[in-house]
Amino acid sequence: MQYITLDTETDFDGWRKAARTLVLHHVKPTDVTWAVQGGEAELFAPSAPSPILEVNDGTFNVSGKFVDLAQAAILHRDPERFAILYRLLFRLKDNHDLIEVATDPDVALVTVMARAVHRDEHKMHAFVRFREIGRERAAHYVAWFEPEHYIVELAAPFFAKRFADMPWSILTPDLCAHWDGHALSFTPGVSKSEAPGEDRLEETWRRYYASIFNPARLKVKAMQTEMPKKYWRNLPEASIIRPLIEDAERMTGAMIANAATDPHKPQKRPEAPMKRKLAADDLEALREEAAHCRACHLYKDATQTVFGEGPKNANIMLVGEQPGDKEDLAGHPFVGPAGQMLDRALAEAGVDRKKVYVTNAVKHFKFVPRGKIRLHQKPTTPEIRACRQWYEREVSAIQPDLIVAMGATAAQSVFGKITPIGKTRGRVIDLPDGRKALVTVHPSYLLRLPDPEAKVLEYQRFVEDLKIAAALQRKSSRAA
Amino acid sequence: MDVQRKLEILADAAKYDASCASSGTEKRDSSDGKGMGSTAPGMGICHSYAPDGRCISLLKVLFTNACNYDCLYCVNRASSNVPRARFTIDELVKLTIDFYRRNYIEGLFLSSGIIRNPDYTMEQVVSVARKLREEHHFRGYIHLKTIPEADDALIAEAGKYADRLSINIEMPEETSLQQFAPEKDVRAIRRTMGRLRLKLDEAEEGGTAKTKTKSQRFAPAGQSTQMIVGADGASDHTILHTSSNLYGSYRLRRVYYSAFSPIPDASRALPLRAPPLLREHRLYQADWLMRFYGFDVGEIVDGGAMLPLDIDPKLAWALRHRDRFPLDVNRASREELLRVPGFGTKAVERIIATRRTTTIRLSDLARLHVPRNKALPFIVLSDHRPSPHRLDEVRLIERFKPKATQLGLGF
Repeated sequence: MQYITLDTETDFDGWRKAARTLVLHHVKPTDVTWAVQGGEAELFAPSAPSPILEVNDGTFNVSGKFVDLAQAAILHRDPERFAILYRLLFRLKDNHDLIEVATDPDVALVTVMARAVHRDEHKMHAFVRFREIGRERAAHYVAWFEPEHYIVELAAPFFAKRFADMPWSILTPDLCAHWDGHALSFTPGVSKSEAPGEDRLEETWRRYYASIFNPARLKVKAMQTEMPKKYWRNLPEASIIRPLIEDAERMTGAMIANAATDPHKPQKRPEAPMKRKLAADDLEALREEAAHCRACHLYKDATQTVFGEGPKNANIMLVGEQPGDKEDLAGHPFVGPAGQMLDRALAEAGVDRKKVYVTNAVKHFKFVPRGKIRLHQKPTTPEIRACRQWYEREVSAIQPDLIVAMGATAAQSVFGKITPIGKTRGRVIDLPDGRKALVTVHPSYLLRLPDPEAKVLEYQRFVEDLKIAAALQRKSSRAA
Repeated sequence: MDVQRKLEILADAAKYDASCASSGTEKRDSSDGKGMGSTAPGMGICHSYAPDGRCISLLKVLFTNACNYDCLYCVNRASSNVPRARFTIDELVKLTIDFYRRNYIEGLFLSSGIIRNPDYTMEQVVSVARKLREEHHFRGYIHLKTIPEADDALIAEAGKYADRLSINIEMPEETSLQQFAPEKDVRAIRRTMGRLRLKLDEAEEGGTAKTKTKSQRFAPAGQSTQMIVGADGASDHTILHTSSNLYGSYRLRRVYYSAFSPIPDASRALPLRAPPLLREHRLYQADWLMRFYGFDVGEIVDGGAMLPLDIDPKLAWALRHRDRFPLDVNRASREELLRVPGFGTKAVERIIATRRTTTIRLSDLARLHVPRNKALPFIVLSDHRPSPHRLDEVRLIERFKPKATQLGLGF
């Protein structure tokens, strides 16, 4: 029988050293007794010392997961913890993967212990209440806490990092932690009478606690699950929990029973600031009107109407299909990846984007949410038709000479009927109202092409198409 | 009015906002010796719990409860007769620091009634955060409510100081917002959410927390919102559809559901009744299924329908899809396991790790922290196979419902 005495209740290094030696000597878990110096178990230690095992340099590997679990579980107050951990370690030596078996009784037990320790640590971080001694610059903050497990050393660094600029002490029956603004130190445990009894802010804190509580939603059980009664004796707000609960039903009843009072009439209410400013000109008025469009159901899920943009005297109007994710968020057409593609192609073709009017056939983003992303969906004919009035009114406000339809949806809007791109692409076509139209692909089509060679070719074709618009822009600027 | 009285009024006015979390931000502390405070990147810390079962993590107050708007569901609406108060910036800063030093709170959650105009209101809210961060080097958590349509520069500044920003969508449908809050504009709320998302995306693309310059920092804990449940007639399907849209469109971290409570000095247009807490709970469960379990709204609840109140939404789904069960726990994929009633994400991880080396048996369920009663009819284990008739039983649902109690006859 091996009798091992550890220096302290939290002596992980001592346990590890002893456990390693024992395992290397193949000492069975049932042949080891663990105790802590000065602890209860040590009183029953055998008078004759155990045969001393030679500490050899041998080593073996255990998973890091075990080390993490053991470091936490050793802080548990259960006196059996050293033996349980040794038993698990002994079995792990020949069966590495055992630590992953959540259903193994030893693994489950150690996991539960480690979890209890971490929960207690978390509760200490939450429920320590400092009380101020002395005022202002000379202030020292002192707390009294009764941890369930040996967690003071584990929990203290959190407070050192959080309250770095103030000296504090946390007193507990096991061990006391102190921070002087520079370093952590520990002294033996003390009794509660050593801790300050109150703080000048506690009444204010209780008032806050009482006010933030909604008596119409009494859920006492839920409160107690998270804040068990054992912690209450050291929480200043706990003294008012019972009166608050007792009063809650009466208060809720009174709220329901009291007839509504006459509304209070303020003298003059300013205008609702969320409403947007009134329009300055007809294009602005159109934009404002379109912001409230309900002609189809697409407005429901979209962020906003994305209306056309550009100078009122533009002689070229670019029509895209519909706004995408970025456009929907920003409220501007062609600002996302397709917009950047368009900008590049326009610059290469020699078209000044600042001088063209850019819009979309459909003014709301159509999508289906898929988790955290929105999948773009093609607008249907009724949706394109419902939106066409805005396109037509934009055309009459801008009076462009050339309309460039990018993509099938745009072509459908410009020609008023389904128009295949393949046949009409790259030619200038006369519209019934005397304007000219040019059909090309949508820049997002270029983004979707998987084949890099095709991508380059298609992009070149797209630029060629836009060059027709560039020629027209040059001609009319000469004319102007 | 003394600060304590102001605190009572302005905390009371803020208690209907369900948001309380102090989670999901970057890791910070004050170990450089300058200033005070820290944040936990994963889980925030709940420092106390109120008897309503909700956690108290932040000092949650309004800057002022005076408001130009007259939203019927709100206790602070212009026509309400509640007492009004307004903090000064210094009072609020001092209160936050004083509470923080005593370890009562994780930080501040500041909202405000809208006074004068959105920019003025936003400026006051931002000033508190600025003072905390720049003068007191406060490193704790700050959640600011964004005022819709406030100036872009103010929003950018808010994101520089705050960990999280939020704007409440308030009502699941545009029509109910129009009815209850005629001055609020759902488009304005969405436009602001959209702007926030663009800024959040930009900050995210700007590099990691360490390489990021100060000007790039923008609300590392993201944005959230709240919906009031039970004040209007919206169905659970409508509510969840709206949430799913909000998650996808604006990358919200959380949608909070707040069961509408009877409020003091209520408007005559509102129903007076106890809040539908169970319905709120079911909505949170359904929301969880969408975010962590891969469920679509349409799978959780049919168009126009309500979630069942007597059983949880995952169990309801499983009972509607009995043909997919029983599932062999030792073979099923992660996605399939996540759909078993009673199996949480952590239990599924434990199962997958465990079955690599050993077979899972009936007696193991407790150690995997799986509720037996709920899961057993739906799973196959090496020593358990539910009777084929059992899954087809019409009365299977009875097994899960809370036991009915016999009505007593008064003698």
